Amino acid sequence: MRHTLAVLVENNPGVLARVAGLFSRRGFNIDSLAVGRTENPDVSRMTIVVEGDDRILEQVTKQLHKLIDVIKISDISPEEYVDRELVIIKVHSDPARRGEIMQVADIFRARIVDLGRKTITLECTGNNGKINAFEESLRPYGIKELVRTGKIAMLRGLRFTSVNGQKDDD
Amino acid sequence: MKMNGAQILVQGLLDQGVDTIFGYPGGSVLPIYDALYDANIRHILVRHEQGAAHAADGYARASGRPGVCLATSGPGATNLVTGIANAYMDSVPMVAITGQVPSALLGRDSFQEADITGITMPVTKHNYIVKDVKELAMTLKEAFYIATTGKPGPVLVDIPRDVSGGTMDYEDPGPINLPGYRPVLEGKEEQLNKAAAAITDSIRPVIYAGGGVIGSGAHQELKRLAELLMAPVTTTLMGLGGFPGDHPLYLGMLGMHGSRYANYAVCESDLLIAVGARFDDRVTGKIESFAPDATIIHIDIDPAEIRKNVRADIPVVGDVKIVLNQLLPRLEAKLSGAWQQKIDQWKKEYPIGYEEDNDKLKPQQVISAIYKATRGQARIATEVGQHQMWAAHYYTYTRPRSFISSGGLGAMGYGFPAAIGVQVACPDEVVFDIAGDGSIQMNIQEMATAVNYQLPVNVAVMNNGWLGMVRQWQELFYNRRYSCTELVNPDFVKLAEAYGASGIRVTRGADLKPALEEAIRNSGPVMLDFVIEREENVFPMVPPGESLGNMIG
Repeated sequence: MRHTLAVLVENNPGVLARVAGLFSRRGFNIDSLAVGRTENPDVSRMTIVVEGDDRILEQVTKQLHKLIDVIKISDISPEEYVDRELVIIKVHSDPARRGEIMQVADIFRARIVDLGRKTITLECTGNNGKINAFEESLRPYGIKELVRTGKIAMLRGLRFTSVNGQKDDD
Repeated sequence: MKMNGAQILVQGLLDQGVDTIFGYPGGSVLPIYDALYDANIRHILVRHEQGAAHAADGYARASGRPGVCLATSGPGATNLVTGIANAYMDSVPMVAITGQVPSALLGRDSFQEADITGITMPVTKHNYIVKDVKELAMTLKEAFYIATTGKPGPVLVDIPRDVSGGTMDYEDPGPINLPGYRPVLEGKEEQLNKAAAAITDSIRPVIYAGGGVIGSGAHQELKRLAELLMAPVTTTLMGLGGFPGDHPLYLGMLGMHGSRYANYAVCESDLLIAVGARFDDRVTGKIESFAPDATIIHIDIDPAEIRKNVRADIPVVGDVKIVLNQLLPRLEAKLSGAWQQKIDQWKKEYPIGYEEDNDKLKPQQVISAIYKATRGQARIATEVGQHQMWAAHYYTYTRPRSFISSGGLGAMGYGFPAAIGVQVACPDEVVFDIAGDGSIQMNIQEMATAVNYQLPVNVAVMNNGWLGMVRQWQELFYNRRYSCTELVNPDFVKLAEAYGASGIRVTRGADLKPALEEAIRNSGPVMLDFVIEREENVFPMVPPGESLGNMIG
């Protein structure tokens, strides 16, 4: 089963290496990892998607906790949450097929961010499934280049994950 | 007050109560050595940085205080790595300080540059590179705090030369703030109650105690627990001395080279109380058939150890000493019964022993003689191999911190420098390094250190001309194809004398006693070359991958 972990870490140099190294040496598989600063400049937030059963998840969580720079770990998978990935795709496009591609973009609410003589570049955000579908829809036109981020995620509603604890705000 | 980084480092060490460090100078630590020149800290100059790390480790294990080692950048730092990994595996509080090339040269493959924080990331509890002299005092304070609290472990602090040489107006770093580090020390009420209920219901309990008992100083609580429940106690290699070896409830070690009665007791127990132990593969044998009928209570400071290797029915996370003190008042005394009789029967049927032969020299006999000659009061360090197991079986450890051995990492070359650290920590005690002829040569250069400081460490080499444990496995599992395990050795007596130490060779059982008495009387280091029976094996043994109940030998 896939789990989405929200991991708050101290914004110290080397923290990404510590986390990545831990996963590789303990034999845990990372499906995706995204990291960036939070509202607090001293704290970064990693969203880690990890594949494994309950025993593996328990070990991942506990081993992560042993890293001094890791402040808090929440498995948000069982909760209601919003998750997004971003993809930028450059597709081969003769002027004749531009309209078709723009229709695909419309369906996925993607945006055109660049236009070349024979290419068109689109960006799209969404959850994993949508991004995969978007990629598949563009594949017949000839994907020249593709880059996508790891997933970022946040709990819905009044529930939140912060340094001071995950709690109901009401 | 204006101070440079090196002076701040020395001040920080003094503030932490450090009076001894083990180290080796070099270019990137010149400012630090300059500050040490007139500091009130004893510096033991080793002959190889690995020796410094192991000596600091031995010092820590014997004294309970953090060990400190110091090395220069690049090769100095990488030479510490085995010693750091060793301390990490056995949860020994240690602070390793390394010099680093100046910040401006970092990342340029500069002379004697090595990314030691990168290299030691998986083998330290935490590590730091200090980029600004203003951060040094706080970093050092955090390093000692992390190394000594929770589950202890090594912390490395890498200090570029411009930081140790840089100056600032020194001020106290203030309180530590580590939001990501809050060790849980007290057991949860709910878990304690569950554990107490399981203990009350049990008929065939076994206590399985590890190094955590010694680390947290819980040996008295453990003894009270065992006596209250009349429960037999088996220890891991790391737990030796955590429970009196001469106690009637003691079962000896369990696992691959445990006693038959300890392993049988675990196999038949209905309740296993794991106290500060981590179910290492050398302890459990085949996991699927480990303690098949037992409810397992697992008391450990490290939540990640719970269910890492073996199921835990009732985990209690916390400091072993605190948890046992929480648990004891919830328990009622039990009486000795059929279970204890069964164990006593096993003890009679399957004693650990050997046949004595006064014309030859058996390694077991040597260890027994060391036990007698030291009246069981010595601090025993060991290297790794057959001699280590014999030292575990045939010396009776009655107090904590008296058996100092590389358990998790199994690092040959550990024992001698560790014994030096032990002797520095305990100057008035008799210290032995029980060694093999292979292991001793891995850090033999430290004989110069022992002579230099006239540390009366006794090195007892079990000399069989083999890498004995590997030979034993080749004999048992590889058809006696002795690939690369036979050793051509130096003359250990002459070698000791060349270093300025004393050497004594013993070839017959009859000569054991006088040789040991002479060594113990000697006020300097002594190398004892025990020419032992060549193909003696360590038995009993659980073959790799087998269940604990299936022992051979």
